[in-house]
Amino acid sequence: MLKITPFNEVHQQAGAKLIDFGGFEMPVQYSGIKNEHEAVRNRAGIFDVSHMGEIMFAGPHAKESVQYLTVNDVSKLVPGKAQYSAMCYEDGGIVDDLLVYMLDENEYLLVVNASNKDKDLDWMISNNPHKAEITDISDETCLLAVQGPLSVQILQKLTDTDLSEIKFYTFKKGTFAGYEDVILSATGYTGEKGFELYFSSKKADPENIWNRILEAGADEGLLPAGLGARDTLRLEMGYALYGNDITKETNTIEAGLGWITKFDKGDFIGREALLKAKEEGAARRLCGFITDSARNIPRNGYKITDVDGNEIGFVTSGSQSITSGIGIGMGYVKTEFAKSETLIKIQIRKKLVDAIVKRPPFIKR
Amino acid sequence: MNIPSELKYTKEHEWIRDNGDGTATIGITDFAQGELGDIVYVELNDTGESYGQDDVFGTVEAVKTVSELFMPVAGEVVEINEELENEPELVNEDPYGKGWMVKIKPENPDDLNSLLSADDYEQVIA
Repeated sequence: MLKITPFNEVHQQAGAKLIDFGGFEMPVQYSGIKNEHEAVRNRAGIFDVSHMGEIMFAGPHAKESVQYLTVNDVSKLVPGKAQYSAMCYEDGGIVDDLLVYMLDENEYLLVVNASNKDKDLDWMISNNPHKAEITDISDETCLLAVQGPLSVQILQKLTDTDLSEIKFYTFKKGTFAGYEDVILSATGYTGEKGFELYFSSKKADPENIWNRILEAGADEGLLPAGLGARDTLRLEMGYALYGNDITKETNTIEAGLGWITKFDKGDFIGREALLKAKEEGAARRLCGFITDSARNIPRNGYKITDVDGNEIGFVTSGSQSITSGIGIGMGYVKTEFAKSETLIKIQIRKKLVDAIVKRPPFIKR
Repeated sequence: MNIPSELKYTKEHEWIRDNGDGTATIGITDFAQGELGDIVYVELNDTGESYGQDDVFGTVEAVKTVSELFMPVAGEVVEINEELENEPELVNEDPYGKGWMVKIKPENPDDLNSLLSADDYEQVIA
């Protein structure tokens, strides 16, 4: 039995195509992925991402607990700041990537992938030596992402909180569309300006908030956007997707997430293995690449070879860039091939096609 | 859902039209283009090749997925829709018209009779 979000009915009314994603019935598209993608790049789009998991860490030892479970340095946070991070196994393999919100001195909100939520929660509870109070608030927590160059002016119509003062990766709690205690977070997964709004379905009417945002954005051309556009938008930015680009078989060093792996913060799960990976150098590396044509579209699982056709890795994500029209992708290659501008080939069906390693984003910012 | 009654269909969502001159035209159904979403590239093998029933004669790339194209009946490809080279979205816009994919000379024209009728196909996608 698939779970649904409180927006399921409005999705159906809007003509969404619904699919199973992470155990939820979610909209993959409404008017079409291209149309929705372009709306977000040029105007604004609204995404229901309430399938994401929200787990609260509270109590006097909340900070130590999160510090021990995650690879980034939680001590760098202050109330009102968010941080991109990951949880790893002892061997450095990734349990999940996540956002850590510091709500208060003794209160942290961790936002995890829907398909990993149960696994993550088990992992957190069984690795909690500091005895933080861990509460799964996913069911009652709604999450809407409103993204795009016009998103801020649209959302500003519905709140007195000055959104222009909320810097990237910070947040404020405010009144939104008349409902109190909405977290207005300047974060996203599209590469555009925008906000992610967290609110409790017990305190706010989800459908009303959805409809108010659609109304507020009607003149600006805001469109509801599905998980299909979310995927093409994130891929143009080179953001990793758990299950594709990062998994329990990949560690943060080879995944290019060394920047969130902070060894000087003290002990955390996976530290030893990750330090070893960093010092010895990873044998393979996640890199971005572009192909030479709109027709050569890389896909998850395709082989990557050197220019002579020797296998050197595999594609983890790929698509045609909707913005630029060329084939773009990410994949693991032997480290010596991961440098920008290295010529590689992708096996697409029976052909080997030319590609070149590029550092994302794949579009001009 | 648009399922023209004069066409024949396959479970893999191809349609085939008997042109009455010894050739038949093949494309994918309205249902198929809707499921695939925005089509960004149609790769068709060259003309002059002969295929058995269910052989792959090309590939459709949508934004999210790739799907192979299967021959509804055995035959030789005599023409491909070159418009799709630059306008793959024609398959979304007009799957039974401008979005056609190949014309074939069926090995045995009677083979078309064994395919699904519009009513049968409607059951398949119900």
